Amino acid sequence: MSVTEFTLIILAGSCFAGFIGSLTGLGGGFIIIPLLTLLLHVDIHFAIGASLVSIIATSSGSAAAYVKEGITNIRLGMFLEIATTTGAVIGAMLAMFIPTHLLAIILGVILIITALLSLRKKVELIIKPKDGWAEKLKLNSTYPTANGTVHYSVTRIGGGFVVMWFAGILSGLLGIGSGALKVLAMDTIMRVPFKVSTTTSNFMIGVTGAASAVVYLQRGYIDPAIAMPVVIGVLLGAMGGSKILVNSKSSGWLRWVFVVVVVVLASQLIYNGIIGKI
Amino acid sequence: MTGKHKFKDTDMQAVIGWVLRIGVIVSISIVFYGGVLYIIRHGHEVASHTKFVALPTFVQLGGIFKGILDYHGRSIIQFGIILLIATPILRIMFSVIGFILEKDRLYVCISLLVLLIIFLSMLNGHVG
Repeated sequence: MSVTEFTLIILAGSCFAGFIGSLTGLGGGFIIIPLLTLLLHVDIHFAIGASLVSIIATSSGSAAAYVKEGITNIRLGMFLEIATTTGAVIGAMLAMFIPTHLLAIILGVILIITALLSLRKKVELIIKPKDGWAEKLKLNSTYPTANGTVHYSVTRIGGGFVVMWFAGILSGLLGIGSGALKVLAMDTIMRVPFKVSTTTSNFMIGVTGAASAVVYLQRGYIDPAIAMPVVIGVLLGAMGGSKILVNSKSSGWLRWVFVVVVVVLASQLIYNGIIGKI
Repeated sequence: MTGKHKFKDTDMQAVIGWVLRIGVIVSISIVFYGGVLYIIRHGHEVASHTKFVALPTFVQLGGIFKGILDYHGRSIIQFGIILLIATPILRIMFSVIGFILEKDRLYVCISLLVLLIIFLSMLNGHVG
């Protein structure tokens, strides 16, 4: 395979990954790492490095828009970034010592769990009672909706913090944004409204990714020849996906397609990891 | 800005939005430019990334500036990637300034702590 062909295949695959990732809100890393390792037999460390770079790009790009609309809770994000960056640094260091086939198995298992989690029904509960820590940390806030400004309170800060720390470890270890886990921590545990939790999670992914990317960069795991088509492709795909998201409401079946694709890819990762082919 | 205008959350949101947007646009443009150079020069070669091999020095942190001066496509891509990684870090620095202007000491400390964790992570990569 020539360098041009290799680059174009990655570009097309990353575009697809970015498109699907943005439509389902789970991010492009889910498809891009299996694509690089299974199809193109790229070393999994290079694949994780490239994926990290791409999640920084998409997170920063879309966060720019959400932050201006005033939906993102900047203080909540900043506070929880203490947990995600600490976790990310630990995860990135662990990744250097874990053999590649084991990384592939862990990634496969996490992908399946997250894909299944994304199917769960969500119940939104905006709470008013004041939590002492949330008050002290100034985490309670407001966000704009079509029906005016909504006030919300945040609760169970400690539990959310621990889950965020774990999300950071996974992000550093596997090069995924762990957006699903971040959202889970915020809306299920801390009772943050959906719109705020998704945009704040997205806001945090860039910083979490950067914390582990600096480690990958120094260890020589970010290969510009691979990262270049991945980051450009994922960003283009994600921009396309966000345009469509505004117009279509039927994301239900699409989510199922995504889950099936992810489960198939993840099983391949696990299988290849077990037989030692990765 | 007039003298009476007080720095508020909405101002910080606008500034952070711009920092992120400009960071992504500039770094991706550089990555794209380097990518075009790289494909023009090396497009016909055989691609091989199956095994982990040490990257050439002109894309490593130590040699990247010499690589850019030598006009290596991959050095330019890597420079763009470094700028991209720096974008969220720059965002935290701007938040620090924002919280200082808002006189929110607690969040000045929290933002600085996050910055410190990232810098320690950089140091660790050098030592380890």
